[in-house]
Amino acid sequence: MKPRDTLGQKLAGYGISRRALLKFAAAAATSLALPPGVAPAIAESLSGARRQSLIWLSFQDCTGCLESLTRSDAPGIERLIFDFISLDYQETLMAAAGAAADETLVRAARDNHGKYLLAIDGSVPTAEGGVHSMVGGRTNMDMLAELAEGAAAVLAIGTCAAYGGIPKAAPNPTSAVGIADLVKEKPIVNIPGCPPIPEVLTGVLVNFLTFGRLPDLDDLGRPLAYFGTTIHDQCYRRPYYDQGKFAHSFDDEGARQGWCLFELGCKGPTTRNACASLKWNGGTSFPIQSGHGCLGCSEPDFWDKGSFYTSLSGGEGPPWDAVGGAAAVGLGIGGAAAFAARRSRAAVDRQLAKEWQRDHGATATSKTEEDGP
Amino acid sequence: MTLLDFARGPALYWSTLIMVCGLVWRLAGVALLPFRPDRSAAGPQSRGRVRGALGTIVSRSLPRRTFLARTFATVVVGYAMHLGLLIILLGGAPHILLVAQATGLSWPSLPKGVVALASAVTLVTLVFVLVRRCTHPVLRLLSNFDDFLSIVLTLVPVATGILLAEETVLPYRTLLTWHILSVEAMMIWLPFGKLSHVVFVFAGRAVSGAKLGKRGATT
Ligand code: SF4
Repeated sequence: MKPRDTLGQKLAGYGISRRALLKFAAAAATSLALPPGVAPAIAESLSGARRQSLIWLSFQDCTGCLESLTRSDAPGIERLIFDFISLDYQETLMAAAGAAADETLVRAARDNHGKYLLAIDGSVPTAEGGVHSMVGGRTNMDMLAELAEGAAAVLAIGTCAAYGGIPKAAPNPTSAVGIADLVKEKPIVNIPGCPPIPEVLTGVLVNFLTFGRLPDLDDLGRPLAYFGTTIHDQCYRRPYYDQGKFAHSFDDEGARQGWCLFELGCKGPTTRNACASLKWNGGTSFPIQSGHGCLGCSEPDFWDKGSFYTSLSGGEGPPWDAVGGAAAVGLGIGGAAAFAARRSRAAVDRQLAKEWQRDHGATATSKTEEDGP
Repeated sequence: MTLLDFARGPALYWSTLIMVCGLVWRLAGVALLPFRPDRSAAGPQSRGRVRGALGTIVSRSLPRRTFLARTFATVVVGYAMHLGLLIILLGGAPHILLVAQATGLSWPSLPKGVVALASAVTLVTLVFVLVRRCTHPVLRLLSNFDDFLSIVLTLVPVATGILLAEETVLPYRTLLTWHILSVEAMMIWLPFGKLSHVVFVFAGRAVSGAKLGKRGATT
């Protein structure tokens, strides 16, 4: 074993004590919703873990996910675990370019075949054979198929990789899809968010390094430990929601008092993520704390769910001209029905008049009763 | 597209249009029928058409003293249910918000507790009405599919709305989805079944009231 080959050795090199590792393991156990008793086991596994190969591909993305993860302010052991991962290929971060970069990818995939983690940010365009996003002359579809085949597991990082995200937004010109739509044979974990929370990625990696498998997932493929509850259930403005105290605009008294943002379009009640508990920028704040409702960015198709500022109790109803059109159609049908009724009544009147004449002779009038009972 | 997206998007769009179209159709269909001119002479106690119409709208909403002893429960249940529905619809903050976002019209909401109480009373009365219709031998004979469907389509939105407001039993998303979908089902059925009394009840009373008022008959 080479020096500093395990995480324990690496941490010792950084001057991190075993006690600090135990503390981190306890925090990791809590955040992964594991019983506190497993913390020593996690610490043990982590310190004995070897460098994990990670191949990271960027597809149809904006690089925001990578920015968020690499610039995360998470100090200490989380950061070191990131450092401990052998990031064998990442186009944006690596120094190599062109053929040298391609070679690195081939070597990393070959040397760690069946063992590496494949991380992907960005969606995969599938229209026209996938030509809308290519790296080194190869489509994202091709690269994904080939590299997923040799991976131990796939991490779909960010909402685009998880569910198609913004590139998939209507009218989805590139027929973008998420990773799970194309990769069927490998374990996949979705870490959605636009961008995702760095600590969630750390948690998933800790889980993999400790137990050799992905954490338990919800029905949308997200780690249950972080996506098990809604933002609304953890939101510090929740008491105001329960009391019916809402901000009606971004600058009214309610907004100044920090009341609930439901009426301003907050999607917290239908969004599962850990923003309200882990928060951002080293636990500083999260969107709702900064005065803006949740956009629901960790949910599939969040971009196509109508305005961010329409409340959940509202929706995309028809515009006034469509309502007018419907009323006009109704008037037409009702008018036609009434017209038909008038005609059949006139026919009955004529029939009655005829019978009257027949029974009472030509001199009698053909007047029928005009007033109803 | 999730079921909730469907409920908040295309389903809301089309159910609104169907309801508007259906209501105008039904109203126009009746309003454009040939009016039979009232040739009767005004009676000695004639109150005129307008007073007759307005008077009947009110008087038919009040219980008849003669029958009150026998119909007391029905009257109380009927009032409680309709008032409850009115409070929920016009007083519930999310409902006002929906109207405000669609039309720009807004008014102050009632406290959550008041709406919750009204919802509970409405739910109990609706269940009572449904059970009674199922068990009462005469009522059962008189009831058709429309009667049951109209009650169920009113009951389900109230039940899901209560669970949603309390955020209990099922996840918020599921409750919100089914609450919206059930309201939309009611909106679609509203013009075509007995629920259409929402718009016909006062118009019908006004027409007969005008006629009887002119003749001077007590209503
Ligand atoms: S601000 Fe959003 S998440 Fe927080 S309580 Fe209000 S609706 Fe729920």
